[in-house]
Amino acid sequence: MFNKSIDIRDVIINGLLAGLISLSLSVIGLIALLSEREIISGLFTTGHIFLVGAPFAMAYVTAGKVLSEEKSKALGYGLLIGVVASVFIVVLTTLATFFDIRRFLVNVTPVLIEFLTFGKSLLIGNILIVVMMGVIGLVGAGLRILPEQFKHPLTSGLGWTIILGMFSEILASRIRAFFGRGVHKLIFTGKAFNVVSATILLVLIVGFTYWNDLRKKDQPEKEEVNDQTDGTKKRLQRIKMGVFGVLLLIAPLLLGTYLTEVTNNVGLYILMGLGLNIVVGFAGLLDLGYVGFFAVGAYVMGVLTSEGALGLGFTFWTALPVAVLASTLAGVILGIPVLGMRGDYLAIVTMGFGEIIRILALSDLLKPYIGGAQGVLQIPKPELFGLTLLHPRHIYYIILVGVLIAVYVSWRLRDSRLGRQWMALREDEDVAEAMGINLVSTKLLAFGIGAFFGGLSGAIFASKLSSIFPHSFNLVVSINVLSLIIVGGLGSLPGVIVGALILVGLPELLREFAEHRMLMYGILLIVMMLSKPEGFIPSKVLQRELHAHEEPEPVSSD
Amino acid sequence: MAMLEVNDIHTYYGNIHALQGVSLEVEEGEIVTLIGANGAGKTTTLRTISKLLTPRQGNILFEGEDIAQYAPHEMVFKGVAMVPEGRGVFARLTVAENLDMGAFSRDDTKGIKQDLERVFTLFPRLKERRSQVAGTLSGGEQQMLATGRALMAHPRLMLMDEPSMGLAPILVEDTFKTIKAINEEGTTILLVEQNATMAFSVADRGYVLQTGEIVLDDTAENLKANEMVQKAYLGIE
Repeated sequence: MFNKSIDIRDVIINGLLAGLISLSLSVIGLIALLSEREIISGLFTTGHIFLVGAPFAMAYVTAGKVLSEEKSKALGYGLLIGVVASVFIVVLTTLATFFDIRRFLVNVTPVLIEFLTFGKSLLIGNILIVVMMGVIGLVGAGLRILPEQFKHPLTSGLGWTIILGMFSEILASRIRAFFGRGVHKLIFTGKAFNVVSATILLVLIVGFTYWNDLRKKDQPEKEEVNDQTDGTKKRLQRIKMGVFGVLLLIAPLLLGTYLTEVTNNVGLYILMGLGLNIVVGFAGLLDLGYVGFFAVGAYVMGVLTSEGALGLGFTFWTALPVAVLASTLAGVILGIPVLGMRGDYLAIVTMGFGEIIRILALSDLLKPYIGGAQGVLQIPKPELFGLTLLHPRHIYYIILVGVLIAVYVSWRLRDSRLGRQWMALREDEDVAEAMGINLVSTKLLAFGIGAFFGGLSGAIFASKLSSIFPHSFNLVVSINVLSLIIVGGLGSLPGVIVGALILVGLPELLREFAEHRMLMYGILLIVMMLSKPEGFIPSKVLQRELHAHEEPEPVSSD
Repeated sequence: MAMLEVNDIHTYYGNIHALQGVSLEVEEGEIVTLIGANGAGKTTTLRTISKLLTPRQGNILFEGEDIAQYAPHEMVFKGVAMVPEGRGVFARLTVAENLDMGAFSRDDTKGIKQDLERVFTLFPRLKERRSQVAGTLSGGEQQMLATGRALMAHPRLMLMDEPSMGLAPILVEDTFKTIKAINEEGTTILLVEQNATMAFSVADRGYVLQTGEIVLDDTAENLKANEMVQKAYLGIE
């Protein structure tokens, strides 16, 4: 963002910005909520991470703007940022002690103030917070100016330890399930790591990354010497794939019921994401009504199989093809009226389509058939070989098969003739037509295939939940799916999976986020679009476009 | 029988009567130019011929066949390729991918390869830059790419929409030399231009379009000498 070298005024502004972020997270109540989630037992919590995250990041970034030989200057700036940022917290705790500011800021609770003053008196607490933030700023800046061979291991060590620590509750319950109480007690105190285990973890990760970096550095030379490495590499690739496949297969056993349930939700979103990725990522047709196809799939499944008054007595397996076909058809039907529309207009009309489906589901007109606001109840679980697939781990396999099919189909289609038609359509509709591409069939196929996977996801969703209601199908679902594609990387298949894990999986695991979910979405999207607009795992074309200016300038002849 | 026969077409944009009875003919092997001021209907005529617009009245025969029965994308299969106005390249794709897209209508791998060679011979610049993203090419190179891409469809008739637009004078000259060369290799060309001087230098015949109507048609030689044309399009008083 800032390319010129940085002076003291910029540093103070950055410090103020960081402090403002810490302050905002405090007064919206997130810090207090997250302070319940311990990372190292009795020492620090996720609340601390979010409190000092902004000054840390700001110090890190700011130190990078300083010339590399001015090390002490960088450290000084980091310290300054931390101290300036802490002023906001000091003001907050002081005000909260002497005035009743909870009247306007309901989330400034005694719990929050106690947390921010470390349970000490106001004066001592304030001194502590200034010192802590200053140190954090120093550490952030210090990390930045470290030589590369230490910086990478240290950042990944800290990062992974913190991430694992945030989810230590789940980790702890898994470890207890597999290794028993003894091992659990050794590593965890209560739900969090103890100081010893966290230190060991940190050292292990730092050590491993350091070793791995060294190994990678050596490798290119080896390749030149020995051609056989290519074969070994291929074999290694195959072994990796095999291990990954086995992990996928036994995942429900490793994860336990709760995590499998979370994985299933992520899986349904991956399925939707892959479908929408065909429409938006491949063909460039901005569809905001994608939830409509999800709803069609779910309702057809619900009505056909329900054991309630509405049901038609189908089984899951006979209803599945009907449900998927119905949503594919819905996709094509939506496609026909919007054939001539582009960009913003297409987005608005498709959004309307999604709402129409939801309102139809809610309407009295269709109530006798699909239940209106009461929804469809008593949808049976799928059965296979006389076995009812009740447990989340059974559903997991159905979703896994669906996702694998969707990944395979998307991957094959992307490199096919149809994939090239979509690519041309996305790049320039007029030129594509002049190139001999049939726009009608190209668009309808995108909508239809996209809707196919949306419908598949919806059908599994209905059976998994046993009941469906119109309010499960509102606009937010479409927005979620679109966001996860964008965060992951538009048009990229691994991107869809990573996006779903981040946007659907993480909030599920960090339940404290529940009420701040949309806020976090917004922040994440803004940060992403500013810093990494091509997504976490960008597709080739997007990568090229967004970084075209970094390539050497072509020698121009005119 | 002429290769392309346009008979009294009337094309509308909503209620706007853009083409008010345009008729023209292109014989096989010719370069025919269509000149006129801004908004005269030059691009509209080309878009109607390539079926991107449908006339309300009149018909268009390509090699004796009425094209009304064909969809826009089928025109490429029939042998009509268009070089769109403003160079219309796929900006985010590489030069090679753009050219590959041009051959979309074909499946004869051998012929495609030959045509790729031909394009690279005509435009050595494109060969050098084949893995560069099209959007980062210079204006002249983008025009080369758009022309090369149209050639990849191996057309019998090529419709070119203002290839000189926005190019430096030296490049304009190169562009018209290439047009001549492509024509000499056997491709018939219908060329829409504002730069009448350059257009007449390569064309066999020309039509002058004014507010949706053909007001003049003659050989390029005669048009160049025509007083009205000199005044209005060649800037000679």
